[in-house]
Parts: sequence; structure tokens; C-alpha cells
Amino acid sequence: MMLEVKNLTTEFKQKKGTVRAVNNVSFSVAPGEILAIVGESGSGKSVTSLSIMGLTPGKVSGEILFHGEDLRKKSVKEMQDIRGDKISMIFQEPMTSLNPVHRIKDQLCETIIRHMDLSKEDALKRAIEMLTLVGIPSPEKRINDYPHQMSGGMRQRVMIAMALSCHPELLIADEPTTALDVTIQAQIMELIYQLREKLNMGVILITHDLGVVAESADRVIVMYCGRVLEEASVVDLFANPKHPYTKGLLASIPRIDDQQERLYMIRGMVPNLADMPAGCSFSDRCDFCMDKCRQKMPKLKEVDGRAVRCFLYHDEEEETE
Amino acid sequence: MSEQNGQEQVLEKPESQLKEIWYSLCRNKGALIALGIIVFLIFVAIFRDFLMPYDPNYSDMGKAFQRPNSEHWFGTDQLGRDIFSRIIYGTRISLSVGLIAVTFALTVGTVLGSIAGYFGGKVDTVIMRCMDMMLAVPSILLAITFMAALGKGIDKAIIAIGLVSIPEYARIVRGSILSIKESDYVQAAKVIGNNDMTIIFKHILPNVLSSLIVRATLGISTAVLDTAALGFLGLGVQPPIAEWGDMLGRARGFIFSAPYTLIFPGMAISLTVLAFNMLGDGLRDALDPKSRNK
Repeated sequence: MMLEVKNLTTEFKQKKGTVRAVNNVSFSVAPGEILAIVGESGSGKSVTSLSIMGLTPGKVSGEILFHGEDLRKKSVKEMQDIRGDKISMIFQEPMTSLNPVHRIKDQLCETIIRHMDLSKEDALKRAIEMLTLVGIPSPEKRINDYPHQMSGGMRQRVMIAMALSCHPELLIADEPTTALDVTIQAQIMELIYQLREKLNMGVILITHDLGVVAESADRVIVMYCGRVLEEASVVDLFANPKHPYTKGLLASIPRIDDQQERLYMIRGMVPNLADMPAGCSFSDRCDFCMDKCRQKMPKLKEVDGRAVRCFLYHDEEEETE
Repeated sequence: MSEQNGQEQVLEKPESQLKEIWYSLCRNKGALIALGIIVFLIFVAIFRDFLMPYDPNYSDMGKAFQRPNSEHWFGTDQLGRDIFSRIIYGTRISLSVGLIAVTFALTVGTVLGSIAGYFGGKVDTVIMRCMDMMLAVPSILLAITFMAALGKGIDKAIIAIGLVSIPEYARIVRGSILSIKESDYVQAAKVIGNNDMTIIFKHILPNVLSSLIVRATLGISTAVLDTAALGFLGLGVQPPIAEWGDMLGRARGFIFSAPYTLIFPGMAISLTVLAFNMLGDGLRDALDPKSRNK
């Protein structure tokens, strides 16, 4: 395994008390694998990715093993060398992710010169190569542009080019297509898909778009309120969702061949992280809620090569957390 | 990918950043005029000894209060000194006070503001509360206090004026950094492995530049006026040395009887201030890539 995250917990101190944005999350990514993390807003997806990069202001505990070495034990300098080189990240807002005062060229070359031992000319060549790779037409001209001269889709491509310019082993894509329109979305996803084939990089795809997940991911983690509720291969998850929350999510996707008056929705709201219900965090919204769900948090139980955190699949009552 | 993207294609050499800024500045007529005035003032400041028709300190009481005439273009003051020569002499003092004091305040203020804004927490509290303490006292009073500690003289006046204007720059920079450091592109800069110093100086500060430039050019005006005020209070320039503010202060009793003794030094101050403000406006537009190409 290239990346192994074990019992990752990220806490933020607030006036009301400590909030656990990420709670005991474990997963792993192999080279060439696309792992999707899905969940609603505020479920801890982005904090998980920032915790891996070591860029969250919160208190992080647990282990983040990258090739067997714990990233949390690395010095600031060592982490700076890893970021952008071994692990890269794409953000969800292409419109604001590029610095408005620098040319595309300077921003791209900065990463390349920072991590690779290249001269300015070679870095520029490589930058143009990367822009060609992500499909920007006439890159030798566009490389002199400022970000405001490019469209959103172009900027996201530049961001991807930047993230990939040093051939990272792991790419964290934090909602890479959320701000883009559907045709561009498809192109960007296709691009990430191709590049992972070509470069054999692992990808953590963070999204709330289940359509994107179904098309591109190998495995899926469903997060809710900072916890993993279900983990399965993408085929298993879509064919046979186990957790009531996953079922609800899948049922909420409108289908074009369905004649429905109202769209399905999971009732209730995501609870506030500072004010969680006792027991299972999904208990208030669950259609299958039992008495014990309101008292105890079920354990993430492995069944047939997949994992689910729900009492519906537990034999004994003892398996709680 | 299509053939046109082939690497063999010769790279187009882009305009260098400086050239682009220069072209953009040239399109702005006001800024160009202002630049002309400033170049002229600098020229006068450098070659003042060759340009003065009279000794600026030579007093001829018999020729006091002469109206502007062919011999004395701007007239003479209460002691019969040639106002034209005195204004030329004062150019160097006023310009250097403005530029040096502002450069000093800008540098120190930017560094302090950057550290406070970027690192936050206790560092921020300590730096900004010190700045607040300085801001709480009226700046001219604070400058007088510094002068009292440092002693009289134009060099000390420069230091005093520079010191009292630090908080303004620190506040501007800190405020901008607070908002910019949360932006996605700064996060992205961290993600590609930059260290804090690179992020502050390469990614954040260029974005603060436009507001800083405007403030700095206004600051030059304030510095010139502050020197005038200190001179007026007898702390900056010592008589008989000619300095615009000092000239204005000493001639103020003759505003009705001999207005030209005030008008010309006043015009010199206004012209300098105006030129710097206009240049600042032009620079702000030229430095911003977004408005540059319009």
C-alpha cells in the first residue's frame, strides 16, 4: 500500500468545546487506484485531505503512513519537500486557486523548479509539456497568460497541470469538478482517469457527486459527520448499498427514466458536530433506527471484503465503539 | 494532442513585466504628466547649486517684500531673500524627506504587518497592540516626542516622521494579508511545498501592492506636510536653511500684505503632492494585471 491512514482524528478547539471533524478514519490507497470519499458538506472529507497534507490548523492524531513512513513525524522542511512532489492536491475552486498577480508560466515553473533539479528553460519546456498533457490549446502562447484571461475549465486544467508537474505518486482531488459545467466536468474526470493510467498514481477523489464516483472510482468510502459509515468497491456499493445512509444517498439521485412527482430525500438535517446525538450519528435520520442505535455507536464491521457501520449487520450487541 | 502544440515550435517571448507596466503607465496621461513633474523635481534637487540664481540665504533687507519681477521671479521674502532660489534649494530637502521617510515606514510597516497577519496569535497581538499605542497618540505629537529624544535636525525629522507612519502601513498590510492568506491560491502555494517566506513575499505581498502603492504616494505628501509642520514648530529644519514648510510657516503673517511669499512655497508643496498622488494612481492600475490590459 502506498498510503495508509490509520485512526485519523482531527479536532478543532472551539469556544463551545472540541469538535471532531474527522473521527477515527482509516483507509488505504494503492498505486494506480482511485479511492472516492463521498459525503455531504461538513462530513469531514476536505479536513481528511488537509490532514494528510499536514495543512489543517486542527489537532491531528493517528497515523498517516506514506510508503510506511508516518507523515506526521516529518519535519516542516521534509513535509514541504513532499508536498507538490510526492503528494499533490487539486482544489475545488479553479477561479480562485491561481494567484492573480503571476503569469501561468511563473506559477507552473515555480513548482517544477522547487522540486525538480531543472534549469529555467527546461522547467518552461516541462511546463508547456504539462499544459499540452492537460489539453490546453497552443500552450506556448497561453503559458504567458494571467489567470483572469482564462476560463474556469482552463484554470482547473492549469491547476491539474501544476499538481501533476512533478509526477506525484498520490493526487488528492478535492471536488475537482464541482465548480465546472458538465461537459468540462467529464473532460476533467477523463483527464484524471487517463493520467492515473499513464503515471500509475493513486488518487483520492473527494466529491459529493455520486455520478462521478460511479464512473471513475475503484473503491468508495462514505463519510458522515467525520466517521466512515461504509466502505466498498464501487460495483458493490452501487449494486448493493448496505448502510441506510448510503441507500438514502443513492435513492436521492434523480433518474431520467423515473416518473416521480417529488424527489427522494433523507429526512432531517446533518447534526451539528458540536452537538451530536448520543449513539449512532445517523440515528436521528435513519428509517431503520432501533433503540440501541440511540445509545451506542456501532463499530465499523467488515463483511465480505467491505465494511459497514450499522447495527443492522451486527450479530452481537457488544460490537460498539 | 494536435500538431500545433508540438514542442518544436519556437517559444513566443512575452513582454517583460517591467515593459508591460511601463506601456500601461504611458497610456495613462495623468500619470505620465505626474512622472514628468517628479523627474523635473528630482533634476532640480540634484542640480540645485547650478540652478539657483541667488544665494538662498543671502539677506538684503533693502529688497524685502519685492513683488515678483524680472530680477526676482517669485519675489523676495521678509528678509529680502530670493524666494525662487529658496524654493529650488528646498526641493532636495522636501523630496528626500518624503521619499526616505516613506521608504523607511513602508519597509518596516510591511515586514511587521506581514508577520502579524500571517502568523497571527500572540505575535499578532504584540505587534498590533504596539502599533495601536502609536496610533493612539496624534502623529505630530509623537513625532515631536521622537524629536525631543533624538535632537533637532532634518535627518532626525526624517526618522521621526518615518517612525510615526509605520503603524498605518502595518495595519494596511496586516488587514490585506488576513484576507489573502485564507484564499485558495495561498493554500495551493502551500500544497506545492513552498515555505512561509516564499508564500508571504511571492504570493501574498504582490497582491497587497496596489493598496500599498496608493497609501505610500499619499504618505509622501503627508511626510512633506509633516516636515513642514515640524519646521513650523522649529524642530525640523533650522533657520536659515530653506525648506518649503518652514518658508510657509514663517511667511504666514504676511498672507494679506505679501501673498506671494506664501503662494509659491505652497504651490511647490501642492505640485509635489499632486504629482505623487497621480503617479500612485497610475501605478496602481499599471501594477494590477487585470486592469493593465484594458
